[in-house]
Amino acid sequence: MKSNRMLKWFLYGYLALVLIFIFAPIIFSVIFSFNSDRFPTIPLGSFTLKWYETIWQDPDVWEAARTSLIVSFSVATIATLLGFATAYTDYRYRFKLKPLYLALILLPPTIPLIIMALAMLAWFAKIGLAGTVTSIIIAHSVLTAPFAMAIIRLRLSQMDATLEAAAWNLGADQWRALRRVIVPFCRPAIVSSFCLTAAVSFDEFAIAWFISGLNKTIPVIILEIVTGNIDPQVNAIGSFVFLTSITLVVIAQVVLMTRDKKEKVNHG
Amino acid sequence: MSVSNHPTETPSPGHTPIRRRHRSDLFQQALRLPIVIWQGLFFIAPLCFLVAMSFFIVRNYRMTEAFEMKNWFKMLSRDYFWDSYGLTIGLATLATLVVTTVAFPAAYTLAFRMSEVTRRWAIFLLIIPFFTSYLVRIFSWYVILAESGVINAMLGYIELGPYVMLNTKFGTIIGYMTLTLPLVIILQTFSLANIDRRLVEAAHNLGCRPWRTIIRVVLPLAKTGFIIAAVFCFILSFGDFVSPYYLGGSKPPTLPILIVDTVKSGQQWPRAAVVAVVMMVTLFIVAFGGIAAAYRRRTA
Repeated sequence: MKSNRMLKWFLYGYLALVLIFIFAPIIFSVIFSFNSDRFPTIPLGSFTLKWYETIWQDPDVWEAARTSLIVSFSVATIATLLGFATAYTDYRYRFKLKPLYLALILLPPTIPLIIMALAMLAWFAKIGLAGTVTSIIIAHSVLTAPFAMAIIRLRLSQMDATLEAAAWNLGADQWRALRRVIVPFCRPAIVSSFCLTAAVSFDEFAIAWFISGLNKTIPVIILEIVTGNIDPQVNAIGSFVFLTSITLVVIAQVVLMTRDKKEKVNHG
Repeated sequence: MSVSNHPTETPSPGHTPIRRRHRSDLFQQALRLPIVIWQGLFFIAPLCFLVAMSFFIVRNYRMTEAFEMKNWFKMLSRDYFWDSYGLTIGLATLATLVVTTVAFPAAYTLAFRMSEVTRRWAIFLLIIPFFTSYLVRIFSWYVILAESGVINAMLGYIELGPYVMLNTKFGTIIGYMTLTLPLVIILQTFSLANIDRRLVEAAHNLGCRPWRTIIRVVLPLAKTGFIIAAVFCFILSFGDFVSPYYLGGSKPPTLPILIVDTVKSGQQWPRAAVVAVVMMVTLFIVAFGGIAAAYRRRTA
């Protein structure tokens, strides 16, 4: 039994190391963003806010932040609407080409971003949308709709199928039942999907870099700074970006988890 | 599509199937069609156009629509293309092997040695990086791995190094791991957690040693999930241009870097399209091969 306990602690230690590996870049980026050295290393230099001041005073960063916010918000809205409609269709209907239908929606994340980027660039140039904010929004919605669909579909599968039928029998038409029964039931998943798709869009750089033209998003600015040289500004912008995405992810997760708990209490 | 929406009609869909189908037509299509149109216009069409573009020609710095094999001959006859191809496949394969191996003990711990609650939290932690800027994380690794970076500074205290880690395959693999490790651990954990525990206990009770149980019972049962995780790892590594560029030094470039360089340096989109199509064909083969292997019944 002693060897079993040793194995257990060995495995816990291993897991901790893996988590450290995964979080090291995030943590170091935040630490370095407050560090005065141009090329940060150990021992650390003195504490400074100058990298934050630099980006705070940079109009390009502000412009990019504005674009990023517009894009993320629009993408989250479109992707969640599309995801909801698709998840509901999959939940309720059976039809002949369903596997093909589902493949159409779920496939985009399996295509490498660089290929999507090139395809989108060429296609938007052809249909006259190249370089617009609209084109980034469209491209990101294609990419994130599957996430929205998966999250909402999972929620629908937890629903008591008779609820909707009950609403119909009580005289609600289909739209009304959808609005009054299905949507409220899916609300946590909808909020969660909104946050997660916004987070994915907020971080996406490959497609945005290819198609954005002059309307740069934050990740595109980062990519351009990084390509130039070592510049700790990136850590400052990066920390801001991490904070934004992690906040969105935590909200998404908490909303899902608390709802679960509440329901367990209600049912039990 | 016929729409008959008489307001007087009693809506009782559950019981009158014929009328229901009639009435629900608009409703059903309104929910079903948006995604078809959207993905058709902005997912399928761009990909088809990409394939078509690989046959276009560039004249006087302008792309003209045509159907010529020129780009294909040009790209496929160059040695540097095949060097890049071999390198990209090699690196992605290596990353898949390394990540699968590194992930397994972690997934095993999560699936078998932890309470439901702890596992949930750990999975939550593993989801976070998936939604945080990959680019910034790679830049962070760049600083950490540099010759005067954090790792070499720490090794310096114990009189080791400095080691060159940037612009090497090691650097690239670290980058790929940053991208894929969390996902692979999550997928492996799910497939391990779904194993029927009684089978593992039976092996144990019959006197099978832990290592042998893992190899003969646990791994075969979790095979499908593991292969799917590995396929994802391969796809992600194969298509990533950031790690091989910033951490791997890009000499020679991988296929994704080749696409970036070709597009950003001029009007040679059709040649980039050739590279992209070759990548897609390769990934389809890998994905289908993987899925076939994952769902194959054991004949022995």
